[in-house]
Amino acid sequence: MKGMTVIVKKTTQLIAGLVFLYGIYIIIHGHLTPGGGFAGGVILAGSFILLILAYGSDFLHLVREEAGTTMYENLAILVVLVLALSGLLAGTRVFFLNWAPKGVAGELISAGFLPLYNIFIGIEVAASILSIFLALVIFKEEISK
Amino acid sequence: MELAISVIVGFMILGALYAIHARDLLSAVIAGGIVGYGLVICFLLLKAPDLAIVQIVVETITLIIMVAVVLDSSREEAFTRPDRQGYVTAATAILIMAVLFYFLVVSSASLERFGEGELRMAQSYIEGAVEKTGSVNLVTGVLFDFRGYDTLGEATVLITAVLGVLTILRIKGKK
Repeated sequence: MKGMTVIVKKTTQLIAGLVFLYGIYIIIHGHLTPGGGFAGGVILAGSFILLILAYGSDFLHLVREEAGTTMYENLAILVVLVLALSGLLAGTRVFFLNWAPKGVAGELISAGFLPLYNIFIGIEVAASILSIFLALVIFKEEISK
Repeated sequence: MELAISVIVGFMILGALYAIHARDLLSAVIAGGIVGYGLVICFLLLKAPDLAIVQIVVETITLIIMVAVVLDSSREEAFTRPDRQGYVTAATAILIMAVLFYFLVVSSASLERFGEGELRMAQSYIEGAVEKTGSVNLVTGVLFDFRGYDTLGEATVLITAVLGVLTILRIKGKK
């Protein structure tokens, strides 16, 4: 897959970082404002897809990237499972028990485990969508060889 | 508001019909996008910004991927004239659609008015949710606290989808 013209490349340089930051904002404010892990994760993946589409497939080392995304995806879902299992060890022994201190409702660090779930689900969603996209791109490269 | 939603749903139906009948696959994909973006406006009108954000982002990315795929393949759709079996299939589909529509009309009389009526379960989620979960955003509270199992299932579905895609698209292993 070839890259696009220099205008598209420069615009992408300006925008991709902002898109990435917006995704992080959506994820970590998931328990305060609309949004959360699923929406923010797809926005994060979108910033990478923007870069790959604009710069072509030889800009990033795609095969290595794909190995990274699949690993992050599995690690993130593992962390979510461990956090959920930790509810079994504490107090009333319920799966998905939110036993961490709740804090003041409405502040950034509050609501116990909910922000952590949001962050790791966000990583998982971003890595999954990016792996699917990378798998398609790599498949096309290998076919055309 | 009901009028606005009805108009948007009408546009969505038109877009879906055009997407089926378009000869050029690229215009079919873009007409299919009308359905997704119309749904976004419906969600915003119904005061569900969480769903609207997810829908608009996912719709954009799927549209990008579909456009990239269509631009890379033959854009013409293979069109065959309907034969006798095709007419039988179409007649069966119209019959089933009429039966389903009849039951929809019958059952919609017993439903509550649009936008009213809270379910018993939802009522107990809404009451005191901030104290129970500590989350100001009720949707996140329901997703990760009351309905944690559902969210875990969704994440598992995503992982399974990625596993399937990687398995199908692997060329090197097949040789």
